[in-house]
Amino acid sequence: MITTMECAVDAQSLISISLMKIHNSRTQRGGIKLHKNLLVSYVLRNARQVYIKEKYAEIYRMQQYEEVMTVCNEIQELNPLDLDAEDADNEEQARAACCGEEMSLCDPACHKGAAQSAAHVRTASTLLGCSPFEDGSKAAEPSDYRSCCMEASPVSHFDQFSADNNRHCNKTTVLDLDTHVVTTVENGYLHQDCCCNPPQCGQEAQSPGKKRKVEFGCCISDMEEISDFTAARKRAKREDCSYSNPDYTDTSNISNLISIFGSGFSGLLSRQADLEQICSKQALASLGAWTRAIVAF
Amino acid sequence: MAGAGGGNSDVQWCFSQVKGAIDDDVAEADIISTVEFNHSGELLATGDKGGRVVIFQQEPESKDQPQCRGEYNVYSTFQSHEPEFDYLKSLEIEEKINKIRWLPQKNAAQFLLSTNDKTIKLWKISERDKRPEGYNLKEEDGRYRDPNTVTTLRVPVFRPMDLMVEASPRRVFANAHTYHINSISVNSDCETYLSADDLRINLWHLEITDRSFNIVDIKPANMEELTEVITAAEFHPNQCNTFVYSSSKGTIRLCDMRASALCDKHAKMFEEPEDPNNRSFFSEIISSISDVKFSHSGRYMMTRDYLSVKIWDLNMETRPVETYQVHEYLRSKLCSLYENDCIFDKFECCWNGNDSVVMTGSYNNFFRMFDRGYRQDVTLEASRENSKPRSVLKPRKVSTGGKRKKDEISVDSLDFNKKILHTAWHPLDNIIAVATTNNLYIFQEKLN
Repeated sequence: MITTMECAVDAQSLISISLMKIHNSRTQRGGIKLHKNLLVSYVLRNARQVYIKEKYAEIYRMQQYEEVMTVCNEIQELNPLDLDAEDADNEEQARAACCGEEMSLCDPACHKGAAQSAAHVRTASTLLGCSPFEDGSKAAEPSDYRSCCMEASPVSHFDQFSADNNRHCNKTTVLDLDTHVVTTVENGYLHQDCCCNPPQCGQEAQSPGKKRKVEFGCCISDMEEISDFTAARKRAKREDCSYSNPDYTDTSNISNLISIFGSGFSGLLSRQADLEQICSKQALASLGAWTRAIVAF
Repeated sequence: MAGAGGGNSDVQWCFSQVKGAIDDDVAEADIISTVEFNHSGELLATGDKGGRVVIFQQEPESKDQPQCRGEYNVYSTFQSHEPEFDYLKSLEIEEKINKIRWLPQKNAAQFLLSTNDKTIKLWKISERDKRPEGYNLKEEDGRYRDPNTVTTLRVPVFRPMDLMVEASPRRVFANAHTYHINSISVNSDCETYLSADDLRINLWHLEITDRSFNIVDIKPANMEELTEVITAAEFHPNQCNTFVYSSSKGTIRLCDMRASALCDKHAKMFEEPEDPNNRSFFSEIISSISDVKFSHSGRYMMTRDYLSVKIWDLNMETRPVETYQVHEYLRSKLCSLYENDCIFDKFECCWNGNDSVVMTGSYNNFFRMFDRGYRQDVTLEASRENSKPRSVLKPRKVSTGGKRKKDEISVDSLDFNKKILHTAWHPLDNIIAVATTNNLYIFQEKLN
């Protein structure tokens, strides 16, 4: 077991470095080196384990803090109930378009504060209670396979952060990895944007219930992948956001990266028996795309 | 005290020769990628990233200087592999020579196998020291004579000429590997050889190029379930039915070809349990085996992983009989070594002639020798500064503690761009060939 003395910050940088190595290997002379990429995926897996452990610990701590704060606030507050109801509605609509874990990582930042204990309790239960991720065998709901990626302007996400404006925080951007459609959920209203070109290669039509094949595979042009990857990386490295809790943005970026690009060969995941491993397996994409990219030669 | 080698703790190593360009600007094509002595030790072959093979031949010992073994001079140079392009997969195939293996000599000519990522070639190296002269229809320069001018007939005769060494490709073994070839090994039957890539091992007959037999296939049905790759493979030196292959997970499997046609099921598996105290992000990387070599006797085999060399007794699968730390001081630097890709360096290892000493390379142009009998080890350096003829190599030391003694070098001062990945030991004498990035150093035992 990797000691959690190695803190999540090292894990994050290792994840970034590893993903960059995998990306760079695709343009190296001589083709993709299977051995090296396999070893890098092991590091990615190890870093992810530590990172997720830290993340869960953090969420748990936040949860406990929120519960304490809620109790305190309920004692002191004048009119907490109206805001609660409104936010609960928005919360539900936003969650309909996001999968549990990623949203829980995005939203705590904006829902932090007064009267959000209910949301966090729901988040926590979603986090821990999501259904197993079956490779291609279950017809899951369309929303299950959506991954929450940071929107283009997180500044707007957080710049109105205050107890009065919690409704404006419910803006979430969703990338549907099957149809490559970006959907922005704003105060319960859906906006659909086009994220990237539809897949060009002859992968069979993906029903949402099928196992996701992220179309970064053999046929997608390098430019597309590079732009997607670069965009995600830029989001991961962004430091100019003036939100109150940069840690959440960074960590949610990393988790989004993980969910988009996968964490390693699923054979590496199969050994884990811990609950958190099960959850991370569900929450993270299978490595279909990267494996195919790596072996596509 | 001064050195280790040949089972005698008094061996001292001297500089003999260095081959290659002097300037620091290294052309990528000149980077040495493999070094191999032939079975007599008379010939020394190197392969480089540019696809060239250079063969050095040892001069016969001169009567004037019986103290000094013969020098190695260039014998033959040829372009073994060229860069290719796989149009189907849109991939460039590097011309870098991954491995060279000599065939045992059967006649006047020498044969070697050289391989890049995809194609293995059998080269014949032969000498020509006479040529026919006195043709009737041809002039000496090769032009044809007008038959009307021929008035007499004579029999052409062979006359001596300057030695010419010719290298010609006799066989090309292609299109058998989807993944990158990492090893080739000639069988003791001298008729077959194996080639190994990341997921498969193929058996070839030296005479037959249009087919090979797949004897190991570890590719999973679903590539997403891939957990390990083959990193090296070698035939047993005496038993023609036995070979081993190492994996990226730190295991070695020994297979018997008599058991079945497909040797996916191993006869023995050698694995040492991981020390849980040493677990880190990089545990999998540093346990990946980069080289496996049988001892000449065939009783032992040696494996090299990132930080250590292990000697295994073929009769014991549970753990190695000996473990030597090559550069344990790097264990705390693994994160930086991961960032600069050094952690992926594949170091090779080799035995001396009587299996009493093993050698492997390290960073800062250091290389290490471990004397198994005397339990001594030494660190030496291949550098131009120590390259006066017959100068004795001084042992080097890396300081790991706080206080750095004089002549020691601290871990942070090590140059990780100067790495010795390839070394070779003469099969009979104490002569070693050590390849730095683009230079080949030859060291000999100091003889009195």
